[in-house]
Amino acid sequence: MAVAPRLAPPLDLERLRADFPILQQRVHGKPLVYLDNGASAQRPRAVLDAERRYGEQFHANVHRGVHWLSQQATDLFEGARERVRRFLNARSTKEIVFTRGTTESINLVAQSWGGVNLRPGDEIVISWLEHHANIVPWQLACERTGARLRVVPIDRRGELDLDAYRASLGERTRLVAMSHVSNALGTVMPVREIVAAARARGVPVLLDGAQAVPHLRVDVQALDCDFYAFSGHKLYGPTGIGVLYGREALLEAMPPWQGGGDMIRTVSFEGSTWNDLPYKFEAGTPNMTGAIGLAAAMDYVDGIGLERIGAWEHELLEYATAKLQAVPGLTIVGQARDKASLVSFVMDGVHPHDLGTILDQDGIAIRTGHHCAMPVMTFFDVPATARASFAFYNTRAEIDRLVAALHGAREMFG
Amino acid sequence: MDLKDLYRDVILDHNKRPRNFGTLPPPAHEARGHNPLCGDQLTVYVELDGDVIRDLRFEGKGCAISVASASLMSEAVKGRSRADANALYEQVHDLLTRQDAPSPPSLGKLAALQGVREFPARVKCASLCWHTLNAALEGGVAPVSTE
Ligand SMILES: Cc1ncc(COP(=O)(O)O)c(C=O)c1O
Repeated sequence: MAVAPRLAPPLDLERLRADFPILQQRVHGKPLVYLDNGASAQRPRAVLDAERRYGEQFHANVHRGVHWLSQQATDLFEGARERVRRFLNARSTKEIVFTRGTTESINLVAQSWGGVNLRPGDEIVISWLEHHANIVPWQLACERTGARLRVVPIDRRGELDLDAYRASLGERTRLVAMSHVSNALGTVMPVREIVAAARARGVPVLLDGAQAVPHLRVDVQALDCDFYAFSGHKLYGPTGIGVLYGREALLEAMPPWQGGGDMIRTVSFEGSTWNDLPYKFEAGTPNMTGAIGLAAAMDYVDGIGLERIGAWEHELLEYATAKLQAVPGLTIVGQARDKASLVSFVMDGVHPHDLGTILDQDGIAIRTGHHCAMPVMTFFDVPATARASFAFYNTRAEIDRLVAALHGAREMFG
Repeated sequence: MDLKDLYRDVILDHNKRPRNFGTLPPPAHEARGHNPLCGDQLTVYVELDGDVIRDLRFEGKGCAISVASASLMSEAVKGRSRADANALYEQVHDLLTRQDAPSPPSLGKLAALQGVREFPARVKCASLCWHTLNAALEGGVAPVSTE
């Protein structure tokens, strides 16, 4: 069968890029090339407008007033929760807890769930490629409870050692907490296998989806995970808003983790009773602007379609991988067979931090450093890497500029 | 801002061929410095003769600015008294952080670090070695961190 040549990218990039005011900027006199989407993605006008409209027309405190504005704000806020439910295909909005972000979502589980479920000698299984946000909360929980961390190794490609993972599940395993997609390496984790093996032993699974939701369709029912955490700002939404999905039965059995307004039903000095899910976990006035902005971001992303986004990002990844591999002295760190659209790399004789500065002078924003994944750096024996992470609004021409700047860096350090 | 102003030839040369790179055995003083932001890691060894820095070595991994700065520092402070080294550090610190700082002749080759002040994110890279030297001179044991 003849394959028709592709004449145009599957997305109308010019039109889409026009949706992002910040992308029109020049940096150091050059058109901005934003390749730090893994750290935080840019917001389209639809999100910025939704945030502003809420402030200009609908803001009041939620769940508290009989007045019109409070009702509007509550409707919008709860509408955002329903939007998130639909985005994740959760069964119920009771399973959608708004948090400040991935970090807070994981800490919530570590403290609330961990506080009542972990005993001395119990084990939490994580992987070697976790972000610090999925390591440190568990270390803290271990300190409080006497539980232990078990770390599943990865291989030189940056893939999880599945056999080692299965072998690490034992009598004392209480929870598996793993990334869905690695932020430092791009590895898409074998979440089906991870969940299936844990499920077979009745062990709940938390997935850190911070780097997954912008790139692939997440269906928590299909995944069959118990907790799923992500941040709004990596999904083209606002900062300071994130989500914890939790299986209702688990959330129901967990104690509150912060006390205050909104999370109670009754308060007396003899004791208090807790509100229903998900409010039990949302003490205090929530980030309404953020939640509404996040819902707008989900509308925006679904308007394009995550499948089309994923397809274009995959093309960008392949293009960038080929071009970068051809740069003399450059080594790609993280060569998983299933990878999201980011490339971590190091270059002989040029430290990542210098690359970051040199690229910045060309208007190119990349991340350099340990990417909050110091164990990954240790594993690959590098002090740091440079990371270009792509969004659907990036172009091949931008990758060409990245590659040209890298050649320049090499010449300079020759 | 021009990259060539940051990565002057002296800097590139000292990055590629760092002077006084290595270690010194005890009883030389030793201190470790770490810049968690970029992962720079540095160990400075100083051998004192009374109040005079008789020898200095450093080793570690880091960006061009931190390696070159340590290399330039090692050349500059060898044979000097602690007070002289401190005075030199004050001058380097001004050079790195103050837009209007002069570049006195006493700085010698260290003046090549002048471009760093146009790149605020990189100032810590250049000053790490000096903080570490300071810790070594004070005989400190706790690692120095720029954060
Ligand atoms: C895999 C992963 N987990 C967790 C986080 C933490 O996200 P946040 O800082 O938004 O809480 C990040 C973001 O850097 C990440 O990439």
